[in-house]
Amino acid sequence: MISTFASFLLGKLSLNQLPNNPITAGGAIILVLIPLAAVIFISVTRRWKWLYREWLTTQDPKKIGKMYIIVAVLMGLRGLSDVILIRLQQALSVGHAHGIISASMFQQVVSAHGTIMIFFVAMGLMFGVINMIVPLQIGARDVAFPFLNATSFWLFVAGMVLINVSLVIGDFAATGWLAYPPLSELKYSPTVGVDYWIWSLEIAGVGSLLAGVNFIVTILKKRVKGMKMMLMPLFSWSVLGSMFLVVFAFPILTVTLTLLAFDRTFGMHFFTAGHGGNMMMYVNLIWAWGHPEVYILVLPAFGVYSEVVATYARKKLFGYTSMVWAIWAIVILSFIVWLHHFFTMGAGSDVNAFFGIMTMIIAVPTGVKLFNWLFTLYRGKINMKTPVLWFIAFVVVFTIGGMAGVIMAVPPLDFQLHNSLFLIAHFHMMIVSGVLFGYFAAITYWFPKFFGFKLNERLGRYAFWSWLIGFLLAFVPLYILGFMGATRRLDHYSASLGWQPLFIAAGVGVVFIICGVVLQFMQLGVSIWQRNSNRAGRDPWDGRTLEWSLPTPPPSFNFARLPIVTKRDSFWYDKQAQFTDSRPYEPITIPKNSPLSMVIACGAFFLGFAFVWHIWWLAVVGLLVVIVTIIWRSMDEHTEYELDADEVMRIDRALTPKEAGL
Amino acid sequence: MSEPTNLEYTNVLIAASHESEPSRLKHYVIGFISSLVLTLCAYLITYYHAGNRGLLLGLLAVLALIQFLVQLFFFLHVGRELSPRFKLMMTVFMIMVVIILVGGSLWIMHSLAGRVMPSTKQMEQYMNAQDNL
Amino acid sequence: MSELIADAKMVQLNKQIERSEKSSTAVFGFWVYLMTDCVLFASLFAVFSVLRNNTYGGPSGAQLFSLPYVLIETLALLSSSFTCGLALLSAQRRHKKQTLLWLGVTFALGLTFLGLEITEFHKFVTMGDSWHRSGFLSSYFTLVGTHGAHITIGLLWMAVMGVFIYKRGLGPLALKRLRMLSLFWHFLDVVWIFIFTIVYLFGALHV
Repeated sequence: MISTFASFLLGKLSLNQLPNNPITAGGAIILVLIPLAAVIFISVTRRWKWLYREWLTTQDPKKIGKMYIIVAVLMGLRGLSDVILIRLQQALSVGHAHGIISASMFQQVVSAHGTIMIFFVAMGLMFGVINMIVPLQIGARDVAFPFLNATSFWLFVAGMVLINVSLVIGDFAATGWLAYPPLSELKYSPTVGVDYWIWSLEIAGVGSLLAGVNFIVTILKKRVKGMKMMLMPLFSWSVLGSMFLVVFAFPILTVTLTLLAFDRTFGMHFFTAGHGGNMMMYVNLIWAWGHPEVYILVLPAFGVYSEVVATYARKKLFGYTSMVWAIWAIVILSFIVWLHHFFTMGAGSDVNAFFGIMTMIIAVPTGVKLFNWLFTLYRGKINMKTPVLWFIAFVVVFTIGGMAGVIMAVPPLDFQLHNSLFLIAHFHMMIVSGVLFGYFAAITYWFPKFFGFKLNERLGRYAFWSWLIGFLLAFVPLYILGFMGATRRLDHYSASLGWQPLFIAAGVGVVFIICGVVLQFMQLGVSIWQRNSNRAGRDPWDGRTLEWSLPTPPPSFNFARLPIVTKRDSFWYDKQAQFTDSRPYEPITIPKNSPLSMVIACGAFFLGFAFVWHIWWLAVVGLLVVIVTIIWRSMDEHTEYELDADEVMRIDRALTPKEAGL
Repeated sequence: MSEPTNLEYTNVLIAASHESEPSRLKHYVIGFISSLVLTLCAYLITYYHAGNRGLLLGLLAVLALIQFLVQLFFFLHVGRELSPRFKLMMTVFMIMVVIILVGGSLWIMHSLAGRVMPSTKQMEQYMNAQDNL
Repeated sequence: MSELIADAKMVQLNKQIERSEKSSTAVFGFWVYLMTDCVLFASLFAVFSVLRNNTYGGPSGAQLFSLPYVLIETLALLSSSFTCGLALLSAQRRHKKQTLLWLGVTFALGLTFLGLEITEFHKFVTMGDSWHRSGFLSSYFTLVGTHGAHITIGLLWMAVMGVFIYKRGLGPLALKRLRMLSLFWHFLDVVWIFIFTIVYLFGALHV
């Protein structure tokens, strides 16, 4: 009787699910201590009200963007600590030695690393930068749906919290970052690890999907009058391409995860080994999402490079039109290459040949973009700041990684290299240089716009060199190891293979990367410390796009008067013509803050948690919270307030002279 | 920069409100009746097995596609907006992705089924052949 | 100083434009969401098509489905799609009573459809042919059930919409939401065309 009640109340949850080995326990304690410390700090400094009013309930995309980046950076540190474990294990676990963690633990760490880095670091940085920049670049006062935007962010947070809870209660998937069945089916992964994986991605994925809808509509419908599509800055174009991919690829992920969850939770047979399931369909579907996902991450970073290159070369971007077409070629082609992730599964040579050729073709528009950037730099008066350094590193690394990719696009070669460390080296070279370096450049480039001072250049350079050296040292050995036959997710290998020196070299590379990360934090700290000597005005880099026309930091409504756009880089030409705006001010409507986004995400979190542990009453409660909150919100007809024209003028005037003195 | 004239503003207003222009009863009636007819046709040819299977399958697919287009136009008003036709653009893109996704998946899975998922009979034949070696 | 503040007439005009643009933007945004839902259903259709013959000794579609029953379901949904359009027409002509009446009819037809579907599911499950049985049945229940879940959400929305219009009348907000609701409902009918054809009719022909 009592046990039935307990199982009703708690599902599969029990005290045995708490960590039982020192490494997980350590991680769990850190994960509990950090939020606890934050809570104590906020309480002591009495900042709850401020936090609630200024951040937690905000609808301002600039603030939401900052929160995305903070979450992504924190998750990046978690992903980096996974890297340390992986590198230590692979450097030490040779012959008779078995390294520092068990085989199953190692698989969990590898899976967590991949999942966290893609979904919560790369996606977080991407949406952060998009939120902060896109409305400013297209001359909009806000995104199309501010409430939905906040909801997307909080769903992202809910997914992030759920994946971290797995470290404290229960375990995490040991199935790799894409959890192929039948390994990920209940029969072979009976613990809750895979369920945590499913539900945290499901929730974060729905958040991304809604954000994708939001930014498509924002870019298509909220551009300032006069900014025709072909006058848009390239970052906004790239984001539009990326969001198209989000909107059309993420539903596939939602379905795939749901079906796997149905298999595990309700005993269905989609991907099981028996009962008429077909596990190959899972691999097919997950990559039909997974390949576009790569371009979702990389396209906005391409956009960042386009802005950085044009600004620091003080030239207009070479080949604007071809850049736009290259983006759309990539968008469409990225839907037609997904089979190259599973050439070895056994499809016929016609299928493999088709997808191999398509994969080679997608390198062409990417090549067009690379050459356009280089031609932009050619004969420019290049201002060699750190964003340009990140760009140059990107060109080199991305080209090497890209060529390795084209090698693997040849099916017979792929049969040799599939699932080897060669592949790992390839995609890290693509994603780290194409995504991470891009957002590092973005943060350095746009930082002064939002904080009013520049980041320290010297430390930025040190960080850059540590990163680049460390990165090459960490991944070039993996190419070699891949050729020697080392497979991915290897927790132990024989000493006679002679791989250990290369693995140690890769480990040394990670030490350099960690130095780079430490230097980046020092850069931030020192820049804040010396902010008064680093002050930046509206336009510290002599920029070309509209965001540089705004006061620093921009007011909540961005544009006191909507800008006039007549050509590409209008702002650049306005500066030369010394144009001053003397049009009258008008009242501006601004969305009110709302805590309901957070409430919806809370409901979603409990829904996910309930599905992980089979606590069905909690699932019902979570679902009801979501539904009732949405209905509640829909009944509110006063979600905006109006700032009258006098007030707008007062704010704008107050912001203007402050900078004139700088 | 001259002030926008009243006429310009009126034009913008008309363009912006275009989509909320009242829909017509006629469209709904045409859409409903033709959908009804198409549904019944599909139902009847299947129910009475009128023709061989291949023909019926093709016919059913065509009827479904026609009804899809009919409802897209008459119920969902796709293609009736003024320029820029973003709604139409999204729809066309969606259809492209759906064709790639479904067509590609079926092609891939069919190829795999024939090659790596042999039927019981094929499996027996293979095992017999192995025994004879 | 005063020439820096826009004159009231112009402000009024701009506001009107902004409001109308916001409404059309919202409806467009909802359309983009519907496109994502199309891809969601397309993935389910792909799964169903791959698993449709994996009956694992269980019943096939041809053995389970009753075509006349499905035809009634289809007609109920198709008619509700039509009456939903009529509700929107009445709303655009600001006939509150008529709007509520047509919404009510749509709701009743939708509920009929859902009832029929649940009865059918219940019958299969009690016969022992539930989603545990085979890959084919898993994909059948999931595809048709996902559509049913959308219908349920649509009905809930319709109920809330009815109360909203009854209490607050046909303001611009109600009209905007009704346009989205009608898009949603027509969209569900469009999806059903393919379920009807691919699941039931193709199934009856032993594809």
